[in-house]
Amino acid sequence: MSDNEAQQPAILAGLIAVIRRDLLLSWKRPGDVLNPLFFFAMVCTLFPLAVGPGATQLMFIGPGVLWVAALLATLLSLNSLFVSDFEDGSLEQLLVSPQPLPVLVLGKTIAHWLCSGVPLVLVSPLLAATYRMPTGVIGVMMLTLTLGTVCLSLLGSIGAALTVGLNRGTALLSLLILPLAMPVLLLGANTVSLAADNEMYSTGIWALGAYAVAALSLSPYATAAALRISNE
Amino acid sequence: MTDCWSAAIERKALTAKLSADDLTLIRGERCLFQGLGFALNPGELLLLRGQNGSGKTSLMRAIAGLLSLESGEILWGGEPVLQQRQLFHGSLVWLAHSSGLKADLTLVENLEFERALRPQSVHEPEHVFERLGIERLKGLPVRFLSAGQQRRVAFARMLLADVPLWLLDEPFTNLDQDGRELVIELTEEHLASGGLCVMSAHQDVDIAATIKTVSL
Repeated sequence: MSDNEAQQPAILAGLIAVIRRDLLLSWKRPGDVLNPLFFFAMVCTLFPLAVGPGATQLMFIGPGVLWVAALLATLLSLNSLFVSDFEDGSLEQLLVSPQPLPVLVLGKTIAHWLCSGVPLVLVSPLLAATYRMPTGVIGVMMLTLTLGTVCLSLLGSIGAALTVGLNRGTALLSLLILPLAMPVLLLGANTVSLAADNEMYSTGIWALGAYAVAALSLSPYATAAALRISNE
Repeated sequence: MTDCWSAAIERKALTAKLSADDLTLIRGERCLFQGLGFALNPGELLLLRGQNGSGKTSLMRAIAGLLSLESGEILWGGEPVLQQRQLFHGSLVWLAHSSGLKADLTLVENLEFERALRPQSVHEPEHVFERLGIERLKGLPVRFLSAGQQRRVAFARMLLADVPLWLLDEPFTNLDQDGRELVIELTEEHLASGGLCVMSAHQDVDIAATIKTVSL
């Protein structure tokens, strides 16, 4: 028992150390963070140009476009989650570290969300404005995107772990993740549409929250198991 | 400096024992080894000899618990390592082929990360840098270092923790004469203090300790 107690703070220290290291790495290589963000911004600004400036049209497609772009941008960023660690051997060192692997993996996923999900959520109001979304709806959209990107980062980490040893795993990763990500997309985009039509939308937010909690509790274990398999 | 190291020696656990029996490993279509066994006691060095591609690294990875074996078990203190993975991983450090260092981070940042992961890290990075002669490099990102210097930093990471089992995969790669002598000296100290070491090498190794050899 005393052994377990002694380990407790160390586990938290391991989690924080992984998050800190990955954030520091992103800070030193901002391209990895900015590329998906530019992709997101580009897709969202090109649509109004192509579709035309009609207010009803834009309000109709807005939630769907923003959500699809956010999903694709997250998939784009997921590929790099474990690849650089795999290449320089630090992934192997994580696998033989005395910390429980699911905790370390969770740390990496949290860092990924902070670097990909949070910036997406933060720039989304600007882009939503080009679709003439009312302020109240923008709030709902930011909330659904926050929960949705948490889900996508967690689900994506499983796929990224499974494809880490493969060359050109990107297409496979997207294929693996899409079926799991589909409910997130449907719930997210439809919730925002309902909010725009002034209908009851809270069910969608609860469902997304439930999905996020389920992903949070299951995905670290699945990711850790997948990493052990792909590193054999 | 010597005080720090001798104190560490006293802390080291003396009860550790690494053994294996009837190991078989098949990779793809090829059987790398069959019926392989060894027993390693504190203060002993297990030397893995063999040509390139003979399975030295695979055996090392199997010992570290990364590869699953066709048959046989690796035992640490008489218990299978897979049943006590966290405890076992807390008792070993592994110097692999790739450095395991982040090229964009400085030496200090890399080692601080390693220290945070290991609750039993007892040495200050400063002492370790001094010991390995890499103090003046500590503020540089790892990408600016030569291959040999990176090897020394990888060693620094191992020395932070005070653990009984060292797994050294070709530790002399890229090292100069001084580096080689330093590695031999560090390994001898580790063994003399009751540590265990598994080393793969394709050259002869001149280490003053009980050496058991496994030829692959």
